[in-house]
Amino acid sequence: MKHIISILIENESGALSRVAGLFSARGYNIESLTVAPTEDPSLSRMTLVTRGSEDIIEQITKQLNKLIDVVKLIDLEDFIHIERELMMVKIRTTDKTREEIRSLAAIFRGRIIDVTPTSYVVEMTGPSSKLDAFIAAIDGDTIIEVVRSGPTGISRGEQGLHL
Amino acid sequence: MSVELNGAQIVIQSLKDEGVEYIFGYPGGAVLHLYDAIFQQDDVKHILVRHEQGATHAADGYARATGKPGVVLVASGPGATNAVTGIATAYMDSIPMVIISGQVPSPVIGSDAFQEVDMVGITRPCVKHNFLVKDVTKLAETIKKAFYVATTGRPGPVVIDIPKDITDPRIKVAYKYPKKVVIRSYNPEVNGDKAQIKAAVDLLLTAQKPIIYSGGGVVLGEASKELIEFTQALGFPITNTLMGLGAFPSTDKQFVGMLGMHGTYEANMAMHESDVIIAIGARFDDRVTGKLDEFCPYAKIIHIDVDPASISKTVKVAIPVVGDVKPVLKQMLELIKDSKKKPSKKALESWWNQIEQWRAVKCLEYDRESRLIKPQYVIEQLYEVTKGDAYVTSDVGQHQMWAAQYYPFDKPRRWINSGGLGTMGFGLPAAIGVKLAFPDSEVACVTGDASIQMCIQELSTALQYKTPVKIINLNNSYMGMVRQWQEFSYESRYSHSYMDTIPEFVKLAEAYGHVGMRIDKPEEVRPALEEAFAMKDRTVFLDILTDRTENVYPMIESGKGHHDMTLRVAPGTSTDRELA
Repeated sequence: MKHIISILIENESGALSRVAGLFSARGYNIESLTVAPTEDPSLSRMTLVTRGSEDIIEQITKQLNKLIDVVKLIDLEDFIHIERELMMVKIRTTDKTREEIRSLAAIFRGRIIDVTPTSYVVEMTGPSSKLDAFIAAIDGDTIIEVVRSGPTGISRGEQGLHL
Repeated sequence: MSVELNGAQIVIQSLKDEGVEYIFGYPGGAVLHLYDAIFQQDDVKHILVRHEQGATHAADGYARATGKPGVVLVASGPGATNAVTGIATAYMDSIPMVIISGQVPSPVIGSDAFQEVDMVGITRPCVKHNFLVKDVTKLAETIKKAFYVATTGRPGPVVIDIPKDITDPRIKVAYKYPKKVVIRSYNPEVNGDKAQIKAAVDLLLTAQKPIIYSGGGVVLGEASKELIEFTQALGFPITNTLMGLGAFPSTDKQFVGMLGMHGTYEANMAMHESDVIIAIGARFDDRVTGKLDEFCPYAKIIHIDVDPASISKTVKVAIPVVGDVKPVLKQMLELIKDSKKKPSKKALESWWNQIEQWRAVKCLEYDRESRLIKPQYVIEQLYEVTKGDAYVTSDVGQHQMWAAQYYPFDKPRRWINSGGLGTMGFGLPAAIGVKLAFPDSEVACVTGDASIQMCIQELSTALQYKTPVKIINLNNSYMGMVRQWQEFSYESRYSHSYMDTIPEFVKLAEAYGHVGMRIDKPEEVRPALEEAFAMKDRTVFLDILTDRTENVYPMIESGKGHHDMTLRVAPGTSTDRELA
């Protein structure tokens, strides 16, 4: 099952490689990984998407917690949470297809953020499944490039991951 | 009080303030400033090894025998990579060590400079933590953090990589060694959860066929006394892992021997048939469990461990207790003493009767009439000559298992071996480290003709620092354990487990300035050992030609359950034979 693990980690060089190294050394999967500093510049927030049985996820969180640089982590599966991913898709356009792409993007609440005579770039955010659905809805042969951030997430309500 | 010191002086002064007695090391370009600082003081003694692997194993042996962290100093590049095997060895057995490696100067890091290697990257998977020092003003604090991390929680090795410019003698900064450091992300749990401890005791007191399974964590956690009291209060049988030997006296009646692949029949059967197991500072290693599906099918398991990641990693447990074994055992003992409920005498009596039947199999019997020297006999004689009170280090292979089986350790920290990583070459340098720590105690290195050659150069170190250890070389001209597996699993195709040429160890020992003795008859073993240990101030190399065909029994063969042990065909019968 898919789990989104949110990690507060010391904002130090090498911290990312400790996490990535742990996953490769112990044979765990990383589906996606995003990292950025937080409002506290000494901390980074890492969002890691992985898959595994409950036992494996338990080991993953325990092993992550063992890393000295990891300050705190939560498995968002344990919380009601919001998941968002950013995607940009570059699509080859013709006179015939422009209108269809525009309306499809509108249905998915995407925005067209770059236009040339032969291409659009569509920007879209949402749960990963929505982005998958958009990709499935457009003609695959017209896609020039897809870039996705990987999901990030946050729990609903007042509780949160902080020091 | 604040003094101005340069980086090199800060390192040495920090080690002194940390109470470090010995540094095991080898100089090189990137650590020349540090070696110059070492030269100008006498408080921290430097032990010059002959290869960096030897430095790490010697520091490791020192740490295992004393409980204090071992300290290593190596140069950048090859000096650092040579240390990696020893660092991984310490990591697998949770041994506290601090390894200082030199690094090329900060401005040239990343430029493939001479003797540059990414030490922080290379050691990341085999250290508890590592640091690259980028600022001389952070040096003392980093060293303090390294010792703090290495010695607390589940101990382990910590690497501090120091670029050469950080130790520049021209740059002086204020020095003050911190008394304490706080790492916000690192707070190991110590006391254990009270409710879990209570639940564990309740379960223990209802057990019909209980067993205590304790490991290296009891040694590391200095909880031998508590373990003995706990075991006596309950009257349960107890088995130790390879790493836990000595934490409970092996000569005690409640001790059923080591468990696992080459453990005793009674220990493995008792584990298999038990209804309640309490695992104390042990980690259900694959050499203990055998085939996981068949491991302890009837047991509810309690597990005390300081490392939460060790709990339910391979074997699911019913009651986890995260904490240091010492305070947890103390709390359990109090609850047991205060409890109105006592362990069932009747159940325990019938359980012990069952165990006695397994014991009667005498799984460790061997042919005592053989005209060849049996390795087991050598270990028994070593035990008698040293009155069971020596520090015994070992390398890895058959001799290691025989030492574990036939030298009953009654005290913790006496049995020093590479259990997790299984590092050949560990024994001799480890023995040197132990002897430095305890110069008045007997130190024996039980080894084999293959293992000893992996760090033989440290014989030279042993002479320089006058560490008179006794090397018991069980010489069967084979990598015995490899040969045994090839016999069992590969129809005796002894692929490269035999060395056509091995050195004349007696001459080799003499060349290094030591005493060499060659023993090839059983009746010579005892007198030779006595003679060797009588030479108090000499390192003696006993090259003992043993039965080349002898195997380690009993054995759980690869892929089998722990109750499915291969025993010697008939206890006590001869195994003398020609190898195919």
